[in-house]
Amino acid sequence: MSRIPLVPEITEPLPSIRESEGLLAWVASIDHKQIGIMYLIATLFFFLVGGIEALLMRIQLVRPENDFISPEVFNQLFTMHGTTMIFFVVMPFLIGIGVYLVPLMIGARDMAFPRLNALSYWLFVLGGLLLYFSFFTQSGAPDVGWFAYTPLSEKPFTLNKGPTYWVLGLLATGIGSVASGLNNIVTIITLRTPGLTMRRLPLFVWMILVTSFLLIFVMPIITSAFAMLLLDRLLGATFFMPATGGSAILYQHFFWGFGHPEVYILILPAFGIISEVIPVFSRKPIYGYEFVAGSTVAIGLLSLGVWAHHMFAVGLGNVFNAFFAIASMLIAIPTGIKVLNWTATMWGGKIHFATPMLFAVTFLIEFVVGGLSGVAIASPPIDWQATDTYFIVAHFHYTLFGGSLFAIFAGVYYWFPKMSGRMPSERLGKWHFWLTVIGFNLTFLVQHLLGLMGMPRRVYTYHDLPYWGDMNLISTVGSLILGLSVIVFVWNIIASLRSGIPAGNNPWNAWTLEWATTSPPPVHNFDLVPPVHGRRPLWDLAHPDMPDK
Amino acid sequence: MNKNKMLVSFFIVSESIFFLMLILAYVNFHRSVTEGPTAANSLNPIKTGVFSLFLLASSLTIWFAGISLKKKNHKMLCTWLLLTILLGVTFLFGQGLEWVGLIKQNITISRNVFGTTFFTLTGFHGFHVTVGLIMLLILLGLALAGDFKGPESDAVESVSIYWHFVDGVWIVVFSVIYLWAFL
Repeated sequence: MSRIPLVPEITEPLPSIRESEGLLAWVASIDHKQIGIMYLIATLFFFLVGGIEALLMRIQLVRPENDFISPEVFNQLFTMHGTTMIFFVVMPFLIGIGVYLVPLMIGARDMAFPRLNALSYWLFVLGGLLLYFSFFTQSGAPDVGWFAYTPLSEKPFTLNKGPTYWVLGLLATGIGSVASGLNNIVTIITLRTPGLTMRRLPLFVWMILVTSFLLIFVMPIITSAFAMLLLDRLLGATFFMPATGGSAILYQHFFWGFGHPEVYILILPAFGIISEVIPVFSRKPIYGYEFVAGSTVAIGLLSLGVWAHHMFAVGLGNVFNAFFAIASMLIAIPTGIKVLNWTATMWGGKIHFATPMLFAVTFLIEFVVGGLSGVAIASPPIDWQATDTYFIVAHFHYTLFGGSLFAIFAGVYYWFPKMSGRMPSERLGKWHFWLTVIGFNLTFLVQHLLGLMGMPRRVYTYHDLPYWGDMNLISTVGSLILGLSVIVFVWNIIASLRSGIPAGNNPWNAWTLEWATTSPPPVHNFDLVPPVHGRRPLWDLAHPDMPDK
Repeated sequence: MNKNKMLVSFFIVSESIFFLMLILAYVNFHRSVTEGPTAANSLNPIKTGVFSLFLLASSLTIWFAGISLKKKNHKMLCTWLLLTILLGVTFLFGQGLEWVGLIKQNITISRNVFGTTFFTLTGFHGFHVTVGLIMLLILLGLALAGDFKGPESDAVESVSIYWHFVDGVWIVVFSVIYLWAFL
């Protein structure tokens, strides 16, 4: 904190285009910063809801043969937890922080299509409301898992309205995602400030660009599958009903044709956050910029050809399995390149362990654990053993929580001063960090072992087998610590918004354009965009005698 | 390329993948229908082929509309837009006739997997034609009110790109459903 100069108390309110104050100024807003903040608020809400669902499941699993929750409710909980965390927390958070940051980072006034931006946001909110409205129907929420395999999700097997609400909710939010992908692509291509060439683009923006292309390529795949499932359920079509000539496997191909690129949609912007945070807190430019950007494009392309590694257990044949196993393992190469680049960026740097950096460095460790277990289960024989066990649950929580969510926390702490004009509390931030690290690893590390011992996922209880009760107890204790960490996080946000130290324009001495304007930025973003001659315009501005090459 | 035309172009890339999936579903089930209605025994390729010509012609007329815009010939622009709409409506009318005929023979979306894939694919295409017609109607309304003096208009050119796309999709759909069945 010593580096931060004292700045005067904030007089400028958060940005608002309209003269009217209060709710309408937000609801009717087409300002990318307001919409970005609304994304973050909505995802925080869904994060709390999805977290409570997870805690309820962990409480049920705290000991063998527990009867805290009925099997029916347990099925609804894991379905809603997975759907919520993927489609209504991580994805919209990354889209939302992208919407907030991209125009600022490229020196633009707003997105290319501000109204379309608002439409994307409200479609996402509508989707969330549709999904959660299902709780008020007679038979409760959807209970067919987050990938809603057919024919289980078909009418004859699930008579209640749950899957219908699930499809409608995801259709709405999916169309919104396509719109925001299109908006980001056009914004990044057409609205960069003079001098900001593609080879000087901040890596976060690069990641958003690749993610946006993935969005417009793969969201229509799932949109078509959802349309077919909806026609099956509502009009008696037979796309995915084997009994009447349809194909359940076709749904799996469609779902994972979207579903695997989707996990890169969930992680690439997180890579972008890490690529901004690590250089700033190591006081060095990123190591191997071209390789970070290039490997992202490689991941994006490879991700389109690996979907069937989710289907090794279907029995599609050895040649088929071998192809997808090799393609999946190839992804480890561009991902490894990135981890190497981030590590090399820190090497020899003057590392400053503020909260964003703590989360970013820990991201590297946790994500590599998830990546390694991922390479393991990309091998069909290992997958046959581990599929549908807690090993898979552990694997994807290390990538999605240890990866995406740790990066999200890094990003929240890093850009909070820019968005609010106030510094988040370092003391509470460190509490949040340590509780998260301890809670996360307690919860999920043992699940690798449980999975290898054969504990199936998505089953509401288990027999009293040796060590199973103990390990589940550890996992549940860990999850409660995670719950506590979230309370600290929310408290930090509320307290810092009220009485955080004023941040000034550039509290972290960062180098990208968003730090050149006030915190929070005015409605028009910049009075004057600094000239861009390199990848670190604010460094060049501050050190005219030794600019970046 | 300006931002509006760029948006439409990327949008139709995304839309193409949506239709590709519907077509893949149709192709996937093409050979598996062993009893009941199929494309070969229930569809009339000549009749639908004729109505398809109307849609193909509408691509031509909207191209002429674009040329009139460039030449600042406002009256011809309105005429070509109107003609495009009429051709599009005629195509939709043909689609409607075919659907009604099939449904009268109890060939529906729930009859078998041919019905499922056929009605879904042609239905989503028809929906896109309808959306295109609504956009064309808005263009025509604005043109009649005095808009689009030329020589350039993002609105006219963007709708034109979309309309060509809807036409192109139909060529693929017609080939896959009708021509393939009778080869």
